[in-house]
Amino acid sequence: MSTYTDPYASSRETTEGTVFSVTGGDWDSLVTEIGQAKEERVVVNMGPQHPSTHGVLRLVLELEGETVTEVRCGIGYLHTGIEKNIEYRNWTQGVTFVTRMDYLSPLFNEAAYCLGVEKLLGIANDVPERATVIRVLMMELNRISSHMVALGTGALELGALSPMIFCFREREKVLDIFELISGLRMNMAYIRPGGVQQDLPAGALAKIRATVKDLRHSFKDNENLLVGNSIWIKRTEGIGYLDLAGATTLGVTGPVLRSTGLPWDLRKMQPYCGYENYNFDVITADTCDVYGRFLIRVNELEQSLRIIEQAVDKLEKLEGAPIMVADKKIAWPAQLALGGDGLGNSLDHIREIMGTSMESLIHHFKLVTEGFRVPAGQVYTAIESPRGELGAHVVSDGGTRPFRVHFREPSFNNLQSTSAMCEGSMVADIIGAVASIDPVMGGVDR
Amino acid sequence: MSSDNGMFGAEGTGDTSGYGGLVPTAASSGSSERPYGSYFDSVTDDLERAYPDFADAIERVVIDRGELTLHIKVSRLVEVSMILRDKLKFEMCLGVSGVNYPDDKGRELHAVYPLLSMTHNRRIRLEVSVPDSHPHIPSLVEVWAGNNWNERETFDMFGIIFDGHPGLTRILMPDDWQGHPQRKDYALGGISVEYKGATTPAPDERRSYR
Repeated sequence: MSTYTDPYASSRETTEGTVFSVTGGDWDSLVTEIGQAKEERVVVNMGPQHPSTHGVLRLVLELEGETVTEVRCGIGYLHTGIEKNIEYRNWTQGVTFVTRMDYLSPLFNEAAYCLGVEKLLGIANDVPERATVIRVLMMELNRISSHMVALGTGALELGALSPMIFCFREREKVLDIFELISGLRMNMAYIRPGGVQQDLPAGALAKIRATVKDLRHSFKDNENLLVGNSIWIKRTEGIGYLDLAGATTLGVTGPVLRSTGLPWDLRKMQPYCGYENYNFDVITADTCDVYGRFLIRVNELEQSLRIIEQAVDKLEKLEGAPIMVADKKIAWPAQLALGGDGLGNSLDHIREIMGTSMESLIHHFKLVTEGFRVPAGQVYTAIESPRGELGAHVVSDGGTRPFRVHFREPSFNNLQSTSAMCEGSMVADIIGAVASIDPVMGGVDR
Repeated sequence: MSSDNGMFGAEGTGDTSGYGGLVPTAASSGSSERPYGSYFDSVTDDLERAYPDFADAIERVVIDRGELTLHIKVSRLVEVSMILRDKLKFEMCLGVSGVNYPDDKGRELHAVYPLLSMTHNRRIRLEVSVPDSHPHIPSLVEVWAGNNWNERETFDMFGIIFDGHPGLTRILMPDDWQGHPQRKDYALGGISVEYKGATTPAPDERRSYR
């Protein structure tokens, strides 16, 4: 051991061997010190605060030289107890919690939860068509914004900076639409049991049409940067290999499963929200590697745009149709409107409950404070989120609050495959493999 | 499941709304009658053919809201799962979700396994229940390797011990955490405020509707 103490790389002796704490700066002295050790085997903690682990993910790597012999994931750094908290709120308030699980695909969380609640209530067929089409529209927009982060940060983590800037620029355009429609850019709690929170504002469809045109054009720029790029291919081809048998036994779904060649997409296989009425293709690859998953995400963008265009066409025909179930005992909250200062109770509604109708006031009060009752039972509803099968196991005991809500998060299950993908590979390839899984730690830990 | 009297969680709070007399009915616990409808008859028939001990192992077959639930004896869980995977082609298990029913005496802890057959495009659900005093369920990691983390999560949150799991440790909570947060007897906790000795009751102790 050298007597020189590096302020950035201090070492101490433990029963497990020498432990180095690296915080950045000069790596030379660390490399020299490790080089003096007799043992080739080094255990490295990567994360949870590491720019390339896609969030607060901790990877415990056992290395022999540059080769990874064992990978273990440490998760739980973003555990927020959402599933527990929901049990103390009413069914409608639950939406505001689940939307925060996987923060890159809030609308999918809301949709899975609301489909579950609606199934428990037995009103699945009563949800108005306009609400269902708006849900599809919002989910597909969300798929684009989520894939933009997956592609942008994935490229960034492998050292390509420009795609990240482009991807986040496109993502902003989608978030602008979210803001226009729901008043919020993320975690909007827009989809509610029985329908959606409010109708589209005037001019929204025109803006969406213009944005779709714009996005289709700019996606080409992005594709040109990476698709077929020889450096990108060298970093991604044959990396993070996981075949169909591995994916099935590990419960892996979404783009990772489709990269094994199996066209498994719940939107086609077990349609929900009327997806059977839209024309789109399920994108697959047969390479089982990071490059295949990258291509799937790139091509899924165009499919989402196609669905959005069809949804906009449908919405034009459904102008003025209801967006919430007719049952006033469920349609919570009574009336909302998006004003200049954000979302709030509509002034017409305030006038009614405060000025003219005592019964409306009582009804509003009961519905907002107590909520509605959901018949006892349990359901499992699954939808295709950008990361795979997002399932909601919703249990009711007949009360006004959920008895238990469990989310089957695709990130959680897919992340398990890290070991299978990375063991035996180089350290640098772990980054690519994890990025191709696209885990969102908010969803993993909930 | 339980039945509740009145609408409020706390007693004697002066509820004058007139709703105090409502008694919500508990969920039924019976088995469904044949024909089950949809593909459920064919799934149960196939399972009966492939697994002769069906009548002994399956406690109840419940069809509710268009979903099939097989309530299985804990001791038979692994056998039935193997048959379901190999013979009935339920290739994928979508994790395990624990549910704590404190009023279901002798079977307080339930574990629910949603299964997916990609070959036949079918879904079913397995459910097992164990008493709080002996929360042991055989692990299904040998059958579906992907259940590894899910079982750790259910152990973490409910304290269900999955026998035969390769490394049953906490996954979301810190390793030295006391208690299992998702159980119904685990309070959510209130946030204390510093205001003239004021205290904030935990959410489950506040006056609220049930």
